[in-house]
Amino acid sequence: MSAITDAGRSPARFRASLTGLSSVAITLFGLILVTFLIGRAMPIDPTLAIVGDHAPPDVVAKVRADLGLDQPLIVQFWIYLEHLVHGDLGRSVMTQNLVTTDIAHFFPATLELATTAIIIAILIGVPLGVVAAARQGSRFDHVVRVISLAGQSVPIFVLGLLCLLLFYVKLGIAPGTGQQDVLYEGMVPDVTGMRVLDAALDADWDAFWDALAHLAQPALVLAYFSLSIITRMTRAFMLEALAGEYIVAARAKGLSPARILWRHAFGNIMVPLITVIALAYAGLLEGAVLTETVFSWPGLGLYLTGSLLNADMNAVLGATLVVGAVYVGLNLLADLAYRLLDPRVR
Amino acid sequence: MTPPMSLTRDWLLTDAPESRRQASLGRLYRGWLQFRGNYLAMAGLIAAVVLIAFSLAAPLLAPYDPSAQDLTNRFGPPSAAHWLGTDEVGRDLLTRLLYGGRITLGMVVAIMVLVAPVGLVVGIVAGYAGGIADRILMRLTDIFLAFPRLILALAFVAALKPGISSAIIAIALTAWPPYARLARAETLTIRNADFIAAVRLTGASATRIVMRHIAPLCVSSLIVRVTLDMSGIILTAAGLGFLGMGAQPPMPEWGTMIATTRGQILDAWWVPTIPGVAIFVASLAFNLLGDGLRDVLDPKQG
Amino acid sequence: MQVVLRNLRIAFPSPRGTSEAVRGVSFTLGQEKLGIVGESGSGKSLTARSILRLLPRQAQVSAETIEFDGIDVLKADETAMRAIRGKRAGLIMQDPKYSLNPVMTAGQQIAEAWHAHRGGSRREAREAAVELLAQVQIRDPKRVADLYPHELSGGMGQRAMIAMMLAPDPELLIADEPTSALDATVQAEILRLIEDLVSRRGMGLILISHDLPLVSHFCDRVLVMYAGRVVEEARAGELARAKHPYTRGLLDCMPSLVHPKPRLAVMRRDPAWLAT
Repeated sequence: MSAITDAGRSPARFRASLTGLSSVAITLFGLILVTFLIGRAMPIDPTLAIVGDHAPPDVVAKVRADLGLDQPLIVQFWIYLEHLVHGDLGRSVMTQNLVTTDIAHFFPATLELATTAIIIAILIGVPLGVVAAARQGSRFDHVVRVISLAGQSVPIFVLGLLCLLLFYVKLGIAPGTGQQDVLYEGMVPDVTGMRVLDAALDADWDAFWDALAHLAQPALVLAYFSLSIITRMTRAFMLEALAGEYIVAARAKGLSPARILWRHAFGNIMVPLITVIALAYAGLLEGAVLTETVFSWPGLGLYLTGSLLNADMNAVLGATLVVGAVYVGLNLLADLAYRLLDPRVR
Repeated sequence: MTPPMSLTRDWLLTDAPESRRQASLGRLYRGWLQFRGNYLAMAGLIAAVVLIAFSLAAPLLAPYDPSAQDLTNRFGPPSAAHWLGTDEVGRDLLTRLLYGGRITLGMVVAIMVLVAPVGLVVGIVAGYAGGIADRILMRLTDIFLAFPRLILALAFVAALKPGISSAIIAIALTAWPPYARLARAETLTIRNADFIAAVRLTGASATRIVMRHIAPLCVSSLIVRVTLDMSGIILTAAGLGFLGMGAQPPMPEWGTMIATTRGQILDAWWVPTIPGVAIFVASLAFNLLGDGLRDVLDPKQG
Repeated sequence: MQVVLRNLRIAFPSPRGTSEAVRGVSFTLGQEKLGIVGESGSGKSLTARSILRLLPRQAQVSAETIEFDGIDVLKADETAMRAIRGKRAGLIMQDPKYSLNPVMTAGQQIAEAWHAHRGGSRREAREAAVELLAQVQIRDPKRVADLYPHELSGGMGQRAMIAMMLAPDPELLIADEPTSALDATVQAEILRLIEDLVSRRGMGLILISHDLPLVSHFCDRVLVMYAGRVVEEARAGELARAKHPYTRGLLDCMPSLVHPKPRLAVMRRDPAWLAT
């Protein structure tokens, strides 16, 4: 990692990278603590969830002792940490699997959805923002602003429902909910957990197109959500960059407008834009929870809400922790990208 | 110069105000003129005001009782008797929409009342005191910022009991960090200013400095942030309702209304859609309002 | 190469109507060094930039004539203007920290200027950039070419800026307060450099500054601007005999070692100057 090579170049920079890492570690620790406390704050006694309401008191006591619930809080936390370090997030009351197994099963679908969404959002959103900034005040600019404003105000689950209504019910051009048609259930070997990819890997093109068709709606809905933020931030950054003196200098050099726009202005915003994109991607995890519910997409969001409704605390906390950790990871990546790419910080 | 009998435009816009009140009123007026010129912001303001007015006046405006069921008229389409139709147990949608507005706005206000002062205090204390206090408080802020808002709120609500108060507490717990960050940043900028040093030289205590000199300066960016955040909180609250974790049925919260009637999207599509539109309009209104306020109060962040 | 400006007016929209920043400025310029002096807000930068039509979008420009070597700048389209900018006229700005692109190296920016107007391969452009850096008296041009603007000192940054604008070999150089952001010791060096390069290449120069003695030292002719108008036009050597009270006021305000004054004069502004 760059921290090591940096150390050779500058002890100060090495220290800075270390403090960055340590602050992430502290944040992660805090995350774990908060999740743990939430879990213990529950008014529902988890023991009863396991043994039922009618168990005799000595069975209840035994199960409590097994779960470690009779120990002081600190000891419980320590046990929790120990389990975590071994990758044990407990067992789901609902599915009876290890939470880690469940999460590993559901996570790829969310990953598939979120990644597709962010790619679409970037490919459409960034050029929209750049051109809108270049043509500030024009009708195009206004349209773009309205689109991104609407995207930030619309509740994503309503949009999802409306899409289903329009494209599936009324127009019939899109498939219904779920990752795949019932027809293809179980026909594609589960390699990555991402149906589209798995179908392609298996060269099962019928299943591939079906999976892709199912992916389209939720991905587009999520993409619109991200796109609004990305477009808006790109536009804002570009406007700021275009007001810079070096843009006047570039014009004075007689460069073409396209070159000034992309090489000079856009070149200057790429770094903060990457941060925005990383955060938008992290925000997609939130949006995924709602979208997956609407489209019955078997991802982490659906797992989370299902566990919530069943008061399956291990699953809820495990999923929350995983999402939180991914969030922290993405923030860290964004920060690293900033440090590596901005020549002023290097 | 004695204040004139009427606040004329010239008096407000003069370049040489002769009293503090004239200067601040002039500033307000100038800000208002600028705001008024922004038609999108005005639209947002009007929509927000209308929303608030309708919600407050719901008992007066609503034609029916929000819990009055009529099982003979389930999923009735918009008609003369029911302007927006009826829901799954025949309750009038317009009524429920109006009352739902009270819930949504009530939640948002409750959250803001909790979050903004706490965030402000934490941020100012961290920024002004510096040192260990700053580090600890910022660590705390970072931890809460590390969670995606909805997911943490879900976890909290699950631990407490699903319901409005849990939702309010849960969202509040996840919403305060940005305000602390904001207040801290502003405080750091102001802290080293000369006028603060001057006030300190006159012997002002730290509390006085913070309350009378630093806090007021943070307020304008805080207002902008609060307004913009409201739109996001409306969405989060509705999202919680939609997932069954917020206001519980039969409360007419907009998100909850969509959750319970979602299956009817095929037949009686207006039943889940209309509350959705309401959420959109509310969120949009505060977004536009917040944008307009930001252009007036905090232009460099545009 | 001749620049002709007649009755240039530049106005900006403001909350209270339009406000005129330049109110009827006229001058001609050949292959000579013209200095434009004035305080902040006198309109000198805007005047010079209007020759290349590099004004901000909200600016409302009108004039009887703006001509660059016979080309009507007012009516020319952007493509025609781009043929003038860089290739035939260059602009040096005040602070290289802001006027150089922060995410490109000095060498890349100079090479870009060279390449845009002279074509050739990337390597040729890079070599030309290094050569230009040497011409502006940078001692280690190869190393400096790979530095980013924030890694350059003020003086080096300005030299890079000059190199960048001279790369396409223009006929006119507009220097907009080129030394205002530099230390006093570096100021003279940079100006001498500019003077040297301009003379050697037979270029015209418009030097904009708020520093009257500086400008009179380096230029052939001097224009004094106040509140958007030209109040004095004189040959540099004849400035001491200036007629307009504003110019006299500027001259009187200057401390002098040769003619020490017991009291430094203070500029007294006559509102009548705004009315001419």
